[in-house]
Amino acid sequence: MQASSVEIRKVNKFYGPFHALKDVDLNILPGKVTCLIGPSGSGKSTLLRCVNFLEEYDSGEVRIDGQLIGYDAPGKKMSGRKLREMRRSIGMVFQQFNLWPHMTALENVAEGLIRVRGLPKAEAQERASAALTKVGLADKMQNHPSRLSGGQQQRVAIARAIAMEPRLMLFDEPTSALDPELVGEVLNVMKTLASEGMTMVVVTHEMGFAAHVADQVAFMEKGELVGCDTPSRILHQPDDPRIQSFLRTYHERNSF
Amino acid sequence: MFSLPVFLESFGPLIWAARYTLLISFLGIGLGLVIGALICAARLSPYIALRRFAAVWVSFLRGVPLLVQLLVFYYTLPVIGIDVPAFVAAVVTVGICASAYISEIWRGAIAALPKGQSEAATAIGMGPRDIWTRVILPQAVTMSLPALINELILLVKASSLVSVVGILEITRASQAQAATTFRPLEVYIAAACIYLAINLCLAVLGRYLEHRTAV
Repeated sequence: MQASSVEIRKVNKFYGPFHALKDVDLNILPGKVTCLIGPSGSGKSTLLRCVNFLEEYDSGEVRIDGQLIGYDAPGKKMSGRKLREMRRSIGMVFQQFNLWPHMTALENVAEGLIRVRGLPKAEAQERASAALTKVGLADKMQNHPSRLSGGQQQRVAIARAIAMEPRLMLFDEPTSALDPELVGEVLNVMKTLASEGMTMVVVTHEMGFAAHVADQVAFMEKGELVGCDTPSRILHQPDDPRIQSFLRTYHERNSF
Repeated sequence: MFSLPVFLESFGPLIWAARYTLLISFLGIGLGLVIGALICAARLSPYIALRRFAAVWVSFLRGVPLLVQLLVFYYTLPVIGIDVPAFVAAVVTVGICASAYISEIWRGAIAALPKGQSEAATAIGMGPRDIWTRVILPQAVTMSLPALINELILLVKASSLVSVVGILEITRASQAQAATTFRPLEVYIAAACIYLAINLCLAVLGRYLEHRTAV
């Protein structure tokens, strides 16, 4: 797997009059894990979704390995085919899993390999079953999502993404919809991916994961990227009062 | 007094007439499914002219009673020089009328799908055609089955209206039968039993389909 990097330059995004992203600059380093943290509504998810152009940014640049995504030139949209080509190598995992309920776990993972990569069905299923084995679900391949726990569903979703052999993985609050006891199994799969050198961008409220697995942590508030540094600088010695106040609230909520 | 022999004897001709009721309902829903899919596609298309057309189509056909639509259609065709049998006119009218309801059933089912379903496909690099055929439609069709069976049951009952253009389906056959036997009570109860039997079968079919496609 070839590691990828992302350069985000002066990205702005508006929803009508609402300024959702304000001149955001961020470098995602190849083979590293970047965690995006911050209060709800701060623009973390919006920024993440700009990276694969699921969300269209209005100005600025998002480059994947130097290639601008979404636009051929400023203001000129990229063709659908070219955009799909770029998305192939960017895996994404969603808060609500978004598995397709009418397909088994195996079919969910094989679908992209067949439709997008054009692999023959047998080979696609072989790779899908390898991906499911990797996330620890070798015995659940024939189950439909409704027959799986939240943690298992999210692991299928991760398998669906990694089966496409992406160079970059985006995680949008992957554990926020899970019961507390199921969070660990998903984080463990993510840690394994990180240790294999996958470039990862993770929007999360799991400060423990950010502290132990991230190579850099970016803090966002009200559409601005307030700071980006090593986990210890952001989480233990933050100099910005906005980060200090966010962490104070976090600690108060999690202490008992 | 209720006469059991008259009641039982009226089943013969009425069941024979039921073939028209079934033909008109099934052909009508078939046509309605095809036109309904096109109208639904127009309603969801990016072109405003198509969306307007579909919206007008739906509100007109839902706003005018089927009986009036039948009469208008039946008496308009000869005026514009088209000579079609009453049966064809009836099927087309019933189909067009059903298309309005069916397009709305499908639009509702598609709208009810979480946005994340197509987003997951988009993120993986799937194109619009695959997203529609592999992700959206299979789920929307499954979700719409109960409503479609419901629509079919409504059509079976509404098909009694085509008696006005002279088709000898269950209702018209029972009117004729009642007129010749002077036993309307027995004949109409027999007609009611046949409608009920047909619709109970459809309801069972509906439940079977729902059960089989449930995930």
